[in-house]
Amino acid sequence: MAKELLKVKDLKQYFPIKGGMLGRTVNHVKAVDGVSFNVYEGETVSVVGESGCGKSTTGRAILRLDEPTSGEVEFDGEDLLALSKKKMRKKRKDLQVIFQDPYASINPRQTVRQILEEALDIQNVVPKAERGKKIAELMETVGLGAHQADRFPHEFSGGQRQRIGIARALSVDPKLIIADEAVSALDVSIQAQVINLMKKLQREFSLTYLFIAHDLGVVRHISDRVIVMYLGKIVEIGDTNSIFDNPQHPYTKALLSAIPVPDPEPEHKKERVILQGDVPSPIDPPTGCRFHTRCPFATDKCKVDVPELRSEDYMKEEHMAACHYQKEIEAGTHTAKY
Amino acid sequence: MREEVNTGAVIPKTAPNPTLVKLTNLWKKLIKNKSAVIGGILIILFILIAFIGPHFTPFSPNTQNTVNKLATPSSEHWFGTDHLGRDIFSRIIHGMSITLYVGFFSVLIGTTIGVVLGIISGYYGGKIDTVIMRLMDILLAFPGILLALAIVSVLGSSTENLIIAVGIFSIPVFARIVRGSTLAVRKLEYIDAIRALGANDARIIFLHILPNVTSPIIVQATLSIATSILTASGLSFIGMGAQPPTPEWGAMLSDGRNYMWDAPHVATIPGIAIVVVVLAFNLFGDGLRDALDPKMKN
Repeated sequence: MAKELLKVKDLKQYFPIKGGMLGRTVNHVKAVDGVSFNVYEGETVSVVGESGCGKSTTGRAILRLDEPTSGEVEFDGEDLLALSKKKMRKKRKDLQVIFQDPYASINPRQTVRQILEEALDIQNVVPKAERGKKIAELMETVGLGAHQADRFPHEFSGGQRQRIGIARALSVDPKLIIADEAVSALDVSIQAQVINLMKKLQREFSLTYLFIAHDLGVVRHISDRVIVMYLGKIVEIGDTNSIFDNPQHPYTKALLSAIPVPDPEPEHKKERVILQGDVPSPIDPPTGCRFHTRCPFATDKCKVDVPELRSEDYMKEEHMAACHYQKEIEAGTHTAKY
Repeated sequence: MREEVNTGAVIPKTAPNPTLVKLTNLWKKLIKNKSAVIGGILIILFILIAFIGPHFTPFSPNTQNTVNKLATPSSEHWFGTDHLGRDIFSRIIHGMSITLYVGFFSVLIGTTIGVVLGIISGYYGGKIDTVIMRLMDILLAFPGILLALAIVSVLGSSTENLIIAVGIFSIPVFARIVRGSTLAVRKLEYIDAIRALGANDARIIFLHILPNVTSPIIVQATLSIATSILTASGLSFIGMGAQPPTPEWGAMLSDGRNYMWDAPHVATIPGIAIVVVVLAFNLFGDGLRDALDPKMKN
């Protein structure tokens, strides 16, 4: 088994809601509420879920772009949350991020050379004299021409800009890259290019990816393991095939049934699970299982008891789901109400 | 097989620097705005007068001639003389540099402190933000001139203290504007990206946030110069600013008000001078704001 590169334990990220005259904290948005998972060296783990479920917040909390409320983030054997600000700045060399919007994630006033030079300068990975060469190398690595280094971001297309973002992340030789919806803003054809580039880079530089996405097709293609989140909690975690072929949690089932089928002939037609209602507010999440308000299988027990992530004997190793009735649903003894 | 196709289009090797493009566009918009052009020309003219003028005045600003006092404008004394027989034209020219000196330096003080406080407030947020902004609110709660008056009475009246007083009273405006812009800029993803690379706060603030909040600062500074000049003149008028015999316009206006009926020009001419300078800065500031506003086309 590969080495654990990232260990997240009981991570919580609550954002205070200020109110009243003195700006007191009146409530919290519980964006991430007790999330635990591991990422092994060299693998790609995807985090999926609908918008607002806390997947980006998880990524930002791991990077300490927002200081998490509580929990542990162990990276390469070191507790990131315990590091001083100064030490954390050094450590950031090993964890990089690629953002969703290639138009907002690079400074429009800097040339590509300046952007990359600044990155190299901050972490001082390459001596000054060799930075020019390194920049040219980086540009070639991400599929841009070295001659384009003196251009400004507005001279590039969305896909090219995303490549610049990747080059910037790559410039400091990171171990883990958190890709926060890195391809969601791109055209499908460009998406494929960027994903293939990311896969190529993973092989070349033995990178580990935490891939935050909502496009399940992309996720199935790129990831080794998948984490499904709902309202700030993990509802299912497991290896990609196991989750896609044999989803256990009713929410995962509903989510996967929403993937469009390329060839919708009657015999391929899947059963569509259509959920009722909206995602409840993360300010005041439902008691018990957070999914019970929309779950077709929910019972009174679900309203009270919080289900833990667990594996069943028929499930693959490391495949876990958090449903009280996963076994019964699988066996067909517990049926949907609608 | 590949064929070289010449499309005839000229592909530029490098595109111009976006900052340069922005400046060129700003210039184009600015010269289309008539009031901004008039304001700008007047400001340049005033600065020239302030620097060169004093060398060419027909009289010394402080030479008294009690025989020829309160004289009406003539070919010898263009703006007449005051109650001590001093040539008003010479005093106005000499006063120009004092007026601009007070205007520029008080705004410089206000801008520097205000921008630093505003950026810190907006960037760090939380308790620091609350403390700074409540302090600014306290400053804002006083009417500007009253605050400046209080500061001058504590420090004592002199031109330098006048600058400090007017400077302090323009701090909160800058702090508020910069805080707002900083809040907007720090939410941008590329600031996060730079942070994720391990940049320290100083680098983020000075290299990435400050360049993005400059346009509102420049506009506010131009408009603040006008307010500062007016406040400074007001303080001098009530004797809390520049001390005699300094040819400060506010003080001159104050001296002249005793002779309002016999020699109205003694009070009116410094008054007009103040109006023209303040107007020039206001016109230019308004034009600059319109030119920098991305929502205003043409």
